[in-house]
Amino acid sequence: MARFVVDVMPKREILDPQGKAVLGALPRLGFEGVLDVRQGKRFEIEVEGEPSDDLLAQVRKMAEILLSNPVIEDFEVHVEEHTVAEIAQEEGR
Amino acid sequence: MKIGVVTFPGSLDDVDAARAVTVGGHEAVALWHADADLRGVDAVVLPGGFSYGDYLRCGAISRFAPVMGEVVEAAGRGLPVLGICNGFQILCESHLLPGALIRNDHRKFVCRDQRLRIDNNRTAWTWAYAEGQEIVVPLKNGEGGYVADEATLDRLEGEGRVVARYLEVNPNGSLRDIAGVTNERGNVVGLMPHPEHAVEAFCGPGTDGLGFFTSLVERAFA
Repeated sequence: MARFVVDVMPKREILDPQGKAVLGALPRLGFEGVLDVRQGKRFEIEVEGEPSDDLLAQVRKMAEILLSNPVIEDFEVHVEEHTVAEIAQEEGR
Repeated sequence: MKIGVVTFPGSLDDVDAARAVTVGGHEAVALWHADADLRGVDAVVLPGGFSYGDYLRCGAISRFAPVMGEVVEAAGRGLPVLGICNGFQILCESHLLPGALIRNDHRKFVCRDQRLRIDNNRTAWTWAYAEGQEIVVPLKNGEGGYVADEATLDRLEGEGRVVARYLEVNPNGSLRDIAGVTNERGNVVGLMPHPEHAVEAFCGPGTDGLGFFTSLVERAFA
């Protein structure tokens, strides 16, 4: 099984009201010196088969047409070394 | 004329939109998100609400509903399509209209009677208005901030494709006070405020919204 992570972030030039809300909350909690917060989304996608360029291209396609909106967001895709099942097994040990 | 109103899971204003269609003198035809069938309608309204729970992004899932394949194809042939609020978000996600709608800049849901100016009365849906006419219709949204890059905004303004602009207050941080836009052909219109809630005097701020539902006929006989 191949595991991919897609990170979707609002473009720099697009206002990020959710990030701004978090930025506003942090000093109220006593965290000083926070200059900026941007809030995005992280998708963990598991696909049948071993990691390959073909699968990576397929996940990039998912990110382009559904997971992100290119008007307001940028995305990055990377392959995760371990599947969720493997991580659970590791942790159970 | 027969005007279809699409119901998605989570649509809220489909019944009001259908009523506005009827008050405007048309036959309202119920369309279902899961049916790839426009039932021979002459125009389509995508109503407001929270289709698919606004999951992922507003309109992002609805865009791939079976009915939307038909809507996109028919819009390409010139079928009039009006997207209101969530419908506007769906039209942007479908790439039938440029830009996107993001969370209000002040981060609060807004619900108010909103004054607008009709900047383009040459679309299929705004023919009944005078250019520059001011109207008041309800506005209610959490993610109504219209954004696009500068080049797109300049092109929209240059081509007269800003259909309506907010007056008095910008309620959601929309760039250049844009409340609605149209495509190059003028058959697809997206609008964040709700004209369908202002078509009868006994309820809502007046009847200023009715023009969106009488324009199709007025243009046909113009």
